[in-house]
Amino acid sequence: MNANYMYSLIAVIILLLLAYVGVAGMHLEVLFGVIIPYAAIAIFIGGFIYKVVDWAKSPVPFPITTTAGQQASLPMVSPALIDNPKNKTGVVIRMLLDILLFRSLFRNTRFEVRDTNKFSYELEKWLWLFALIFHYAFLTVVVRHLRFFTEPVLLPVQLLEKLDSFFQVGLPVLYLSGVALLAASIYLFLRRVFIPQMRYISLPADYFPLFLIMGIAGSGLLMRYFAKVDIVSAKELTMGLVTLRPTIPEGIGAIFYVHLFLVCVLLAYFPFSKLMHLGGIFFSPTRNMPGNNREVRHANPWNYPVKIHTYEDYEDEFREKMIEAGLPVEKMPEPKENLEEGKKE
Amino acid sequence: MPNNSKGMYNKNLVIAGIVIFVILAAFPFWFNVGRSAPAPEIILTEKAIAAEDCVRDKEYMTLEHMQLLDVWRDAVVRDGKRIYVNPKGVEFNMSLSNTCLDCHSNKEEFCDRCHDYTSVSPYCWDCHIDNPQGD
Amino acid sequence: MADELPKSEKLIDVDYSPPSRGWMDTPVKIRKGMYCYAGNPKSLELLGAPNPRQWNPLDEDWKLPDNWKEIVFEGLRERIDKFRSFKVFMDICVRCGACSDKCHFFIGSGDPKNMPVLRAELIRSVYRNDFTKAGKILGRLAGARPMTLDVLKEWWYYLFQCSECRRCSLYCPYGIDTAEITIIGREILNLLGLNIDWIATPVANCYRTGNHLGIQPHAFKDMMEFFVDDIEEITGVRVEPSFNRKGAEILFITPSGDVFADPGTYTAMGYLMLFHYLKDLGLDITWSTYGSEGGNFGFFTSHETMKRLNAKMYYEAKRLGVKWILGGECGHMWRVIHQYMDTMNGPADFLEEPVNPITGTRFTNAKSTKMVHIAEFTADLIYHNKLNLDPSRNDNLRVTFHDSCNPSRGMGLLDEPRYVIQNVCKNFYEMPANTIREQTFCCGSGSGLNAGENMELRMMGGMPRANAVKFVKEKYDVNMLACVCAIDRAALPALMDYYHPEVDVTGLHEMVANALILPGEKKRTTNLRGEPLLGMEDEDAE
Repeated sequence: MNANYMYSLIAVIILLLLAYVGVAGMHLEVLFGVIIPYAAIAIFIGGFIYKVVDWAKSPVPFPITTTAGQQASLPMVSPALIDNPKNKTGVVIRMLLDILLFRSLFRNTRFEVRDTNKFSYELEKWLWLFALIFHYAFLTVVVRHLRFFTEPVLLPVQLLEKLDSFFQVGLPVLYLSGVALLAASIYLFLRRVFIPQMRYISLPADYFPLFLIMGIAGSGLLMRYFAKVDIVSAKELTMGLVTLRPTIPEGIGAIFYVHLFLVCVLLAYFPFSKLMHLGGIFFSPTRNMPGNNREVRHANPWNYPVKIHTYEDYEDEFREKMIEAGLPVEKMPEPKENLEEGKKE
Repeated sequence: MPNNSKGMYNKNLVIAGIVIFVILAAFPFWFNVGRSAPAPEIILTEKAIAAEDCVRDKEYMTLEHMQLLDVWRDAVVRDGKRIYVNPKGVEFNMSLSNTCLDCHSNKEEFCDRCHDYTSVSPYCWDCHIDNPQGD
Repeated sequence: MADELPKSEKLIDVDYSPPSRGWMDTPVKIRKGMYCYAGNPKSLELLGAPNPRQWNPLDEDWKLPDNWKEIVFEGLRERIDKFRSFKVFMDICVRCGACSDKCHFFIGSGDPKNMPVLRAELIRSVYRNDFTKAGKILGRLAGARPMTLDVLKEWWYYLFQCSECRRCSLYCPYGIDTAEITIIGREILNLLGLNIDWIATPVANCYRTGNHLGIQPHAFKDMMEFFVDDIEEITGVRVEPSFNRKGAEILFITPSGDVFADPGTYTAMGYLMLFHYLKDLGLDITWSTYGSEGGNFGFFTSHETMKRLNAKMYYEAKRLGVKWILGGECGHMWRVIHQYMDTMNGPADFLEEPVNPITGTRFTNAKSTKMVHIAEFTADLIYHNKLNLDPSRNDNLRVTFHDSCNPSRGMGLLDEPRYVIQNVCKNFYEMPANTIREQTFCCGSGSGLNAGENMELRMMGGMPRANAVKFVKEKYDVNMLACVCAIDRAALPALMDYYHPEVDVTGLHEMVANALILPGEKKRTTNLRGEPLLGMEDEDAE
């Protein structure tokens, strides 16, 4: 099983070296600073749209909502309007709770066998907590990076920076999100390594993005706090990219290009990987449909007629027995059968 | 089981979603249309030009000035030391106002330009007044 | 029960440590007691299903068509195009592991391939190999593997170790529903004639005779007559059910299992008594021998087969000219009715929005499908005080309620049955919170797995449920496990028998009927099972 994360770790190290050698040794700044970033963003946006359109091309034939609470039926029961939504409003709230707060994951329990064969299903919030930290730290880091992509830097971005560096630890001030992102990805990694079942189900494709993100967060922290790069030149490069006037300023440390390259790899990898859960959650029929299936009919675009065994077929086979048993029939028996009955008598 | 459709289902919602995605993902591109944001030009005062050397060399100062000032502050405030000796053996009074801003008296054209460009808001200026010479 | 079935103390000692070898390198080992016999070719022929033949899962040769790989590939492709659920669920799993310990079959067996995530990966790995760029380029590194005979056998083995209960889908942060993957996986297996007889033959029976058990119309009526006699013996009242009666207001459809075997039979008697009681209040209801099956094992075969069997409900309702349909206690039957029927076989514009003829309540939640669950119906009657009930007649019962998977997670019928129970019975105790309602555990035998030959699997799958029952048994002295599902009534007695024989199983309407005071009834000394009522032991002896 170790092979699974070794492959991914090696892959990320190779990528890292590639960028480092490419810039520090071979001076391929234009490749790593301009061409690859443009390609990556194009693949990311194009690939994302491709994938989403591909999903949308498949219909949702049946309303298969996972109902996670009481249905709205009668006055003596109180319906779970969010967990078993009866209308669009409920669905939207349910989706928002799942997307923004990971509500389904919040239900997580851990199965354990206690002494005398007692099963327990205790609430297990660590996965939820670290998943939430991971995603919100990531979001904060991304939004914070808009300071490299806007000029003048937008006020909300500045406010977020203030908030993120609230504790004013060290100089340059420590961003909590960067540390949180690294810590959460390490937690998510260790979970996969140390929980036997997790280790068993994890694929190289599960470790790779984690290592990649650790590499991104690590190189980011490194060049902010330890091996500093010229941030003004760095922004000159990023602003050049987004204003479509790409430039390669002199003297940005190679580590910047490593950081940028890993981000590009992540972007380009995104649409073809499990990371597409970002888009996929919006398409999940068990969550994005109401539970009012008997109240409002859902249409299946490919519904087609099937061969059924009609009542007439049925009666034809069992007519005599039915008559004998006093069951009503549609058609009285054929004259021939009457004759036979007559003979019997 | 026939399947005769190749178009999108829930088309409007999906397209709305894609539009939102593209707006967000491509934000830096459309936001900066028609703008250019070259790196700021830093202006050195005549005194700074004349001095030739700063406390440390230019590259060090560009990357590490915040660290230097942090060390200075601790040395002065906590240890009561006021003299800094750089690797060349030159002594400096550890003072933002009296040493740094003595040469770089043009805070707006020197400090602020880069800080604003990269959205850095150092808390130096919470205590230190901008321009002691102005007083 | 099979002789090889280990003792419960042994079975419950589960080893959860996964093998040292990766799952892709661990070939499937088909083990007796864990699988159901292969589908009878006659049943497949009757349905016109592919590749009918005699075959044995233990044999090396499964007698597959030569182009079976192509059939699987095309089958996958077609379903990717037709089910967004399947396509998205194939793409977005991050293997976070939240589902891993939620499956009763995993808890009971410790087999890592019974973790929902891995069950899905069995198919996902092939999907990646055949349909994704990453899988085509990176192969195993992207979690892809080509289809082989071993993989196919693994699919068959583990897709028939999933009861489609959807417990995993509740916890999945993206709502990935393994049931959906299993349903589609089984559908593809059926293209090769790979199914189990416990499903294939009931489906064929249902197709031909109207019910899974193959009860022919006259026999169906006969069996009901037995109930009528039994009811008369116990209550002194002769109920008069009608069959295939045109012009009735309501058609009643319930699983045939309840007509056939204890303790479901007592629930069937309960329905008869309730309908008789309501007759004078204005209930006009008929049973049907053609539509004599509420359950739908077609659902465990393919979407098409489900539709072919389900079509009878509306077909019969239309023929008889009823206004709406009342459905009995059943699990997957209600998943089909609630989430599929109207879409597949509707719109039922020849029916009317259901109205309770006794209370006048409009069942607006069934406005379009026009089918009402009997727990809803009875709860409404009790709410409007229309039933004359004596709950003390259930005083011998200390009841807990097992939420069936499908009404819980595919419908949300949770409180209606509880409301009914609490009005017909005084001693009601819930099992631990994480084992009931939407978090309920499967009986271990759902989705057509309640055969005899796979008893070990069933006892493994039912282990979490049995364990939760044990908790309330020890804490509250619970002696009755109530449920609203015919498969439960068939499966849970064996489960209770295996783990703690002191607990019995009942349907909701058996308890209703025991409490229901019929006009003109004699003094009841026994319940429907012929057991003396509390305080009536002496009179029973007379």
